[in-house]
Amino acid sequence: MPDFNWILKMAMRDFRKNLSRLLLFVSSIVVGIAALVAISSFGENLVKDIDNQAKELLGADLVLENNKPLGDQALDSVAIQLASEVNFASMVAFPKTDASRLTQVRALEGDFPFYGKLETIPSEGDADFRSGGKKALVEKTLMAQFDAQVGDSIKVGSVMFRIVGELQKVPGQTGITATVAPAVYIPMAYLEETGLVQYGSRVEYNRYLQFASGTNVEELIKPFEDQWEMDRVDADTVEDRKRSTGRSFGNLSNFLSLVAFIALLLGCVGVASAVNVFVKEKLASVAVLRCLGVASLDVLLIYLVEIVVMGLFGALIGSILGTLLQFILPAVFADFLPVEVTVGISWVSVGFGMITGLFVSVLFALLPLLKVRNVSPMATLRPETADSTLLKDPARWAVMVGILLFIFGFSYFLLKQVTWALGFTGFVLVAFGALWGVGKLIMWAVRKFLPISLSYPWRQALANLYRPNNQTISLIATIGLGTAMISTLFFLQNQLLEEAKFADKEDQPNMLMFDIQTPQLADVKSKVVDRKMRIIQEVPIVTMQLNEINGIDKKENEELPDEENYSRWLYNREFRVTYRDTLIKSETLTSGELIPLGARGDSIFVSLEKGFGEGNKMKLGDELIFNVQGRPIKTYIGSFRDVKFNQVSTNFLVLFPEGVLEQAPKFHVIITKTQNDRQAADVQSEIVREFPNISIINLGTIVETLEDILGKISFVIQFMAFFSIATGILVLISSLIISKYQRMRESILLRTLGASSGIVRVINTLEYFFLGSLASLSGILLSFMATFLLGEFVFEMNFSLVWKEGLIIYLAITGLTIVLGWLNGRRIINQPPMEILRGNG
Amino acid sequence: MSILSIQNLSKTYQSGSRKLTVLENVNFEIQAGETISIVGPSGSGKTTLLGLCAGLDSGSTGSVVLNGQALEKLNEDQRAAVRNKDVGFIFQNFQLLPTLTALENVMVPLELKKRKDAKEKALELLEKVGLKDRATHYPTQLSGGEQQRVSIARAFANEPKILFADEPTGNLDTETGEMIEKLIFDLNTEKGTTLVLVTHDLELAAKTRRIIHIKGGKIQEDAHA
Repeated sequence: MPDFNWILKMAMRDFRKNLSRLLLFVSSIVVGIAALVAISSFGENLVKDIDNQAKELLGADLVLENNKPLGDQALDSVAIQLASEVNFASMVAFPKTDASRLTQVRALEGDFPFYGKLETIPSEGDADFRSGGKKALVEKTLMAQFDAQVGDSIKVGSVMFRIVGELQKVPGQTGITATVAPAVYIPMAYLEETGLVQYGSRVEYNRYLQFASGTNVEELIKPFEDQWEMDRVDADTVEDRKRSTGRSFGNLSNFLSLVAFIALLLGCVGVASAVNVFVKEKLASVAVLRCLGVASLDVLLIYLVEIVVMGLFGALIGSILGTLLQFILPAVFADFLPVEVTVGISWVSVGFGMITGLFVSVLFALLPLLKVRNVSPMATLRPETADSTLLKDPARWAVMVGILLFIFGFSYFLLKQVTWALGFTGFVLVAFGALWGVGKLIMWAVRKFLPISLSYPWRQALANLYRPNNQTISLIATIGLGTAMISTLFFLQNQLLEEAKFADKEDQPNMLMFDIQTPQLADVKSKVVDRKMRIIQEVPIVTMQLNEINGIDKKENEELPDEENYSRWLYNREFRVTYRDTLIKSETLTSGELIPLGARGDSIFVSLEKGFGEGNKMKLGDELIFNVQGRPIKTYIGSFRDVKFNQVSTNFLVLFPEGVLEQAPKFHVIITKTQNDRQAADVQSEIVREFPNISIINLGTIVETLEDILGKISFVIQFMAFFSIATGILVLISSLIISKYQRMRESILLRTLGASSGIVRVINTLEYFFLGSLASLSGILLSFMATFLLGEFVFEMNFSLVWKEGLIIYLAITGLTIVLGWLNGRRIINQPPMEILRGNG
Repeated sequence: MSILSIQNLSKTYQSGSRKLTVLENVNFEIQAGETISIVGPSGSGKTTLLGLCAGLDSGSTGSVVLNGQALEKLNEDQRAAVRNKDVGFIFQNFQLLPTLTALENVMVPLELKKRKDAKEKALELLEKVGLKDRATHYPTQLSGGEQQRVSIARAFANEPKILFADEPTGNLDTETGEMIEKLIFDLNTEKGTTLVLVTHDLELAAKTRRIIHIKGGKIQEDAHA
């Protein structure tokens, strides 16, 4: 039975002399824990704030939504306040600059929002807007883009409005929504006059209701839910909004925690690597203790106690830092948050950070620490026998399994899905494995192919990478993974933008006009042709809904068990469909064939987008009955198509053959190519002036919006990647300090043998150069792989090597390593060898 | 009375596909209170023999009976308990624990025995080796001779029945070496401990009453004075 008092006493004695070194071990986990605690606290507070501000999130007690006018509703009479909104995408024009762009027009009637308010500059803008007249409130991003001022005019459809306020905040809306679809509020009274609501316009009708305080809205709406379901009316209550917002932000905070967890794992590699060096240096003492009669378990416990104390200390520092860090998180995530987030200490998160920190430091330290159990007392007489391999030690394998289980368990705790947690564990394994492999490969290649004719400092610096106790691989893993995260982000961002801009250079379409009514078609076409622009595609579009799938209508589908039914969304959505008997450039047939009308009796065969069909359990031959403006049309699935959605073209989930929909009410899309920005602006303003209902997207606007969104997302990702980089730097610093003694001895030896301090400096610099290069190159290589895979399978774009960015990242990381190395080694080089030999150094 | 009995002891190491025999069929017995030297050239197997006698390692065949206990029948932790109870060590390179003060180094064997008076006893021993005033110094703050004196105090702390010394003066200058030799022999006489010395210094060996010559892993001569 171990004597715990004595073990504690010995641990504390050892601790005195190792305090600063042990502090270095735990410094690696501080950043990871800080990130975890910060995000967890932020998540906790966010959930609380969503709860507290749920009413402001929705702006009303109940919102009814449909794509047809709602008409009178039974609950209207129960409500104490009513408001209505009609919203749709449309072009708006700023006559001052003759510029136009696609926006989200919201025609409002009534005092919505009932909770919270439309925040405007000037603050009385909201009241002015509601006081009547042709007035508009315009989103601040839109105002900034067109350099518009309050008091300027804005043309929506055929009506000119005076801007009375710049919208700062709309309840429930995030900064990102404002960027993608900036809103323009106009009074409902002028909606008809704008002439914008025509056939084919995708219009959403909202009714906002406020009930007397204390009303149980959930109970109140129950009797109407079935009818709403049938009428495809979507009802949203405060509770619903609270749930859905809470869920999506719960997911976001879990995702961010996962990123923080990666930083923590990197730190754990640092802990394991530092403890490994620590243990190697302790082997002689372990042998002595064994010789004096200390049991192997007791020796293990002595060092474990030290790790536990330091783990707790690291976790505490991390938790304090994390709690402080969360104060800046609301600013970082400002564009994504629908509510005002308060900050405060979350004890649950602090506890979570403490336990996690302690657990990971013990778990990862155990890996090298187990070695002390196997040290033979014989090593006091023969020191070379002290370092034993642990490959066959079952306890070590148990710890490894424990680590994997921990990673799986932790990710399952965050992701709540076994497959995702397995995926994440697999990803961690593959990423570390790949870095380890790449690191090994590069080291092998350097050793194998480097000419021996190199001068001495070069050879010595390279040889230092293989010195006993080297931490080369662990540094490559930690710095490499941090580098990989940052560079993957840069590369992807770059490539997405390049891809978007590239389209302009080729003979690719770059302008898309939609919502063109049939009588307007000829005029629009002639305007395009007059400007010597080519009409690349002219596409008729018919809107329809899905009534039955394989004989199952909406009502029957509701009654089917979850595993058998179709997604409710299928029956509720409005399909925009075109008809043709050929494929276009962005489409490839994956199964079945395009069957023209009449080829197989009088059956109609439609083609479905592959992902959409497979995702909804549909197969070739399935029967689909569409409702085209009140007329049912029975069709069968004749084929599946793979559609590339990243090109400027019209892409459809459902494609009809020719000869079926020609007589149905429809609108049109024209796709064309402008020669330059000037021409794009001119044609856009001419068409918008004459046909205000027609919406136009040009590639310039897409690129601009994309840049804006990517900028916002990448700021968040960079902020998160910072944790990994910071951990990498801490691991680098700690391993440099830990290996200082060894470097010192090498330096002394070299200088005793007559090497000038200049030579020693060159050797050290070169060593850091190689270390930094290996780590950053491994990371960059990994990120090239990741960019390639993401590009190939997620974004469907061609991979191109981004040398410039890669080089910048390489130089930055390598430079940083060299600078840190210099700072660490300065004292060693500047002191006379005797000082160090005597132990005064 | 026999304190250490070695019978048919051999030690073989596997080096790749080759078997390397370091000790071959060694037999001898040591009586309580005896002083004995094991001498031989480098690589003759004397350090291996010392390790096996002290229970630091186990032989490939044969038996080591220390104070009535057959070591080959014990596991490593049980052998550690025997070492704590009956064995003392002095090493060529002192082997002090660098993170412990001189006093704490001497206290370790006493604390392991759960002695309440560990500190007093350790101070007494440090006084005996002339280092009471250096009790709070760490090994790096002591000279080689001082470190070896602390190591001697530690070796005698648990009042061992048998003391193993591996080249105890090998790392010291002549003058300090002689002082250390005197200290070891004086304390040994005072405590009545059995002393087993491993050395290639024949002058030092001559100070013990029995010398075992070993070469190529075999005993060449077992001479009593």
